[in-house]
Amino acid sequence: MMILLISVITIFIIILLALGIAMSPAMVFILTGIIPYVVFVILLAGFAHRIITWGRTPVPFRIPTTCGQEKSLPWIKANPVENPAGALGVIARMVQEIFLFRSLFRNTDVKIIGGRPVYDGAKWLWFFGLLFHVSLLIIVLRHLRFFTEPVIPCVGMLSALDGFLEIGVPALYLSDVALLAGFTFLFLRRVIIPQLRYISLFTDYFALLLIAGVAVTGLLMRHFFPADLNALKTLTMSWITFAPVVPEGIGVLFSMHLCFVFFLIAWLPFSKLAHAGGIFMSPMRNMANNNRSLRHVNPWNAPVKVHTYAEYEDEFRDKMKAVGLPVEKE
Amino acid sequence: MKNKKWGLIILGLVIFVLAITFPFWYGKGRSMPPPVLSLDTPVINALTVKRCVEDTAFMRASHMKFLNAWRDEAVREGVRLYKAKDGRTFEKSLTGTCLQCHSNKEQFCDRCHNYVDAKPSCYNCHVIPGEVKK
Repeated sequence: MMILLISVITIFIIILLALGIAMSPAMVFILTGIIPYVVFVILLAGFAHRIITWGRTPVPFRIPTTCGQEKSLPWIKANPVENPAGALGVIARMVQEIFLFRSLFRNTDVKIIGGRPVYDGAKWLWFFGLLFHVSLLIIVLRHLRFFTEPVIPCVGMLSALDGFLEIGVPALYLSDVALLAGFTFLFLRRVIIPQLRYISLFTDYFALLLIAGVAVTGLLMRHFFPADLNALKTLTMSWITFAPVVPEGIGVLFSMHLCFVFFLIAWLPFSKLAHAGGIFMSPMRNMANNNRSLRHVNPWNAPVKVHTYAEYEDEFRDKMKAVGLPVEKE
Repeated sequence: MKNKKWGLIILGLVIFVLAITFPFWYGKGRSMPPPVLSLDTPVINALTVKRCVEDTAFMRASHMKFLNAWRDEAVREGVRLYKAKDGRTFEKSLTGTCLQCHSNKEQFCDRCHNYVDAKPSCYNCHVIPGEVKK
């Protein structure tokens, strides 16, 4: 509970910071003219650094986790995706993992029913996890309307599809609802279940709260305290032409939204959120299970001084013949 | 084996960098001036006090909610007249009131809507006076 409290306090510190920034024109200049570039460079460099560090980490053993029959004798039916034997199988497996969260789908739960332990699938985490990630992706893609001019047609189509229920004006986006639903589940899960609360760290709560902060300020700007989208897009478009047009003043909500987003982006490569790249680098998923069909030599193996039988025979052939021992080579 | 691994890692990083720098190379560094709204219509030019139904700041920020409320009140409740804060009375009508002054939809409504990719559903039903169907 202490950790949760610290993360909430950190969120409040960011809110206060945003309020302070909105008050002072000099700070507004820093927030909208300088910080975007700093944050972008941190994201690029930090992410590349993280990936290269992972790439350089030695993986001495072939350690794929397998969930199906390995490729074996021809009459034994193999499972080429859950236990991939080659590159194609690995790709199929990674695609499943990245787009459908295959391994979360395997999550099970145990309950004591009638004095006996009963194991059953527990899909809630998978469902809300997927919902959360997909809606985040859609929201990020929808924001491209602020960064492209003319707006890419497929972004418009995505927004239209996302808001097709046309609830209210401006239309309520389904992905926003889905994101909040996903957040609520993932957050309450950590707070309510004692085992999860015990293993939850600052980074777990803070990542969720930060994304919730971005979402809530964004929703407030869309539905309750409308932001001036023209001024807003003028600012975002000026970022990508490297000539920031700093507005004279920015709304408190927009200031908070920006602070949360910049914090999130800058923190991303150094936090658990780097699993966005880490998923590709997981040796247990991205290796083919060809332990038995190919020889893998641990690159760490120290050079061992060996004396083979052939060499032994070469050395002692005369003596062996002299005492009548059989030799392989005359 | 080692080169293949690094090849894939570099490929992945290049895709990542291309994806997140997308707006930069999509815009190709062109500068995009924000839209300028035209108030140059015969009806507006003839006005002595150039004031919309409510003040400009309010209209700019909240016209969508405002028009939505108008629609609900006029169509569902039959309340067809709107009394503005300064006492004037307007008919709650997009075609009859708004578009009388702002008869230049393409130079007024559409400029901002296209710029921020807002797709109001007004014109799904309403006709634009004088607009030729393409």
